[in-house]
Amino acid sequence: MFADYSMAELGAIFAMQGFAGLILFSVFVLMALGLAIIFGQMGVINMAHGEFMILGAYVTYLMSNLFADFMPALFSMYFFVAMILAFIASGLLGLFVEWAMIRHLYKRPLDTLLATWGLSLILQQTYRSVFGAREVGVSIPDWMMGSLPLTDLIEVPINGIFVMVLAVGISLAVYIMMFRSRWGKQVRAINQNRVMAGAVGINTEWTDRLTFGIGCGVAGVAGSAFTMIGSTGPTAGQLYIVDTFLVVVFGGAGSLLGTIASAFSISQAQSIMEFFLSGSMAKVLTLLVVVGILMIRPQGLFSLKLRK
Amino acid sequence: MQSSAFLSRKEMIGFALLAALIFIVFPMMLDSFRLNLFGKYLTYAFVAVGLALCWGAGGILSLGQGVFFGLGGYCMAMFLKLEASTPENTSIQSTPGIPDFMDWNQLTELPWWWQPFYSLPLALFAVVAVPVVFAFIIGVAMFTRRVGGVYFAIITQAFAAILTILIIGQQGYTGGVNGITDLRTLLGWDIRTDEAKTTLYFVNGVLLFAVLFAAQYVRKSKLGRLLIAMRDQEDRVRFSGYNVANFKIFIFCLGAAFAGIGGAMFTLQVGFMSPTLVGIVPSIEMVIFCAVGGRLSILGAVYGALLVNWAKTTFSESFPELWLFGLGGLFIAVVMLFPNGLAGVWSEKIEPRLLALLGKAPADKSAPDGAPAE
Repeated sequence: MFADYSMAELGAIFAMQGFAGLILFSVFVLMALGLAIIFGQMGVINMAHGEFMILGAYVTYLMSNLFADFMPALFSMYFFVAMILAFIASGLLGLFVEWAMIRHLYKRPLDTLLATWGLSLILQQTYRSVFGAREVGVSIPDWMMGSLPLTDLIEVPINGIFVMVLAVGISLAVYIMMFRSRWGKQVRAINQNRVMAGAVGINTEWTDRLTFGIGCGVAGVAGSAFTMIGSTGPTAGQLYIVDTFLVVVFGGAGSLLGTIASAFSISQAQSIMEFFLSGSMAKVLTLLVVVGILMIRPQGLFSLKLRK
Repeated sequence: MQSSAFLSRKEMIGFALLAALIFIVFPMMLDSFRLNLFGKYLTYAFVAVGLALCWGAGGILSLGQGVFFGLGGYCMAMFLKLEASTPENTSIQSTPGIPDFMDWNQLTELPWWWQPFYSLPLALFAVVAVPVVFAFIIGVAMFTRRVGGVYFAIITQAFAAILTILIIGQQGYTGGVNGITDLRTLLGWDIRTDEAKTTLYFVNGVLLFAVLFAAQYVRKSKLGRLLIAMRDQEDRVRFSGYNVANFKIFIFCLGAAFAGIGGAMFTLQVGFMSPTLVGIVPSIEMVIFCAVGGRLSILGAVYGALLVNWAKTTFSESFPELWLFGLGGLFIAVVMLFPNGLAGVWSEKIEPRLLALLGKAPADKSAPDGAPAE
């Protein structure tokens, strides 16, 4: 099958395919980070995670329209404002959802799953009623368009690079929050031993709420980043939810490093196989391998040793 | 608290009422189109009864019941499709005698794994066997490694996603996103006529009662009590010397068999099978049928399937945009406000009042099988 290509072309194909895999990797990382916080640290299954992402995407869409209409001079910078607003919007919704729903269900994880699925249906229909059933696209500022020629044959799209940079940046931010901030310390303490954490004076209820809110906020930023490489529809969130959960579970719940490693391996496997097989078969094979490995090693790639 | 009789008096009345509803009230009140629709709803009840055992009693939440429903349905549909694709019927195709979608996808002969479905006994066997074998493989892999709870739910959901992508991707072998359509006869008997649909409705009802009795048998047996014990205190059961994994595998396979039968009856009554009944969304909706009915109650599961589907049809006919709000609200309400579903509302709220009205002393307050586990 390679006979028709010269060596240089083959190299270029692999490089481009590898780069496509890297973009997919960034997408997976962005999606999974919020979930790694919520599911990994709190053990809450949030099936509405995709819808929190889409909320961020719609906020970005609104901002791009707003800037285009009223502040065209600042249009090239609108995305950064949108990202912050997406974090705030999704985060606030997350805080509210935790207060209204999740906190009553901490002892019943399977019920949380069903309730958040219901929430996701409601959010989807809300988006459909407000923004219409059709997918909307965001106008990308000029500096993000086009591609960067590395060699004669290899070109990389700038928006892809931007999403990758964003993924790295947000991963670092989450890492710092998790392991260097007071909040992160409290979250990890609660994860290890809730009763003792409460006994030493940590406000566990408030920490839970904040954690859920931050996880949802990160999802919002992820959604915001997605608008740079694709369009947004009311049901787009549902498409990603299984992948996202598999990434987090495969990496080992509770381990940020594991989440990133599993996002990398899944995305690379998928994009490399996509070159040899049809897209759907590549996806099926990847998912089957992931599920197969999970059956042999249920705790995932990187597991924290915790006393249960 | 658990009477030794197969059916307590209360349960006997419950079964009799449901039988009256399915075999007398619906056929008398509904025209043939609506009766067929209710027959379709009742095929979901097979899945819901299986879930009441797996999830309600056993605490195993599977989000992949659509896989088993779909496998059963596809096995039936493959048989019917082969019967409909005689060389005479398909003479305009470039390869007559194979299903039309294969011809459209440039296949020139029937794949080997379609061959057994020329035979009805083999197809009927496959309706139960294929889902059970799948469930067995998943169950052995997961339960012997003590994977449970949310992890099991996520992985079964992944299976639902995988099977949907596979069916849609392999258009030439499975009919793709349209599914297997244009099914006509079962051993020469036209299943599209009104009489045939009514007959199938009654067959469906009888099968449903067979499944209900099987489920009741499991609940009353020692296995049923062990399941509840496992749900609440898995380690204690293990330390008492029971092999927890084997019980879980069995009940998961039983649920899969029920779902497979439901799927086959769906194909017969509705006349097609497609990946839209396999994926994540239908699978999780099947869980809500069970939850609405009351996850502990097998009769409740039937009512839940009927009620939710009836509401879905009614709402989406008149207010399509409101239905998702309704369904979403239902998910939340059932979890937050009525964790024991309709059966819980009945036994906690309605029944005591009814008894008070009749001037009888209220029955003992203990819930039938204890509260649901966390």
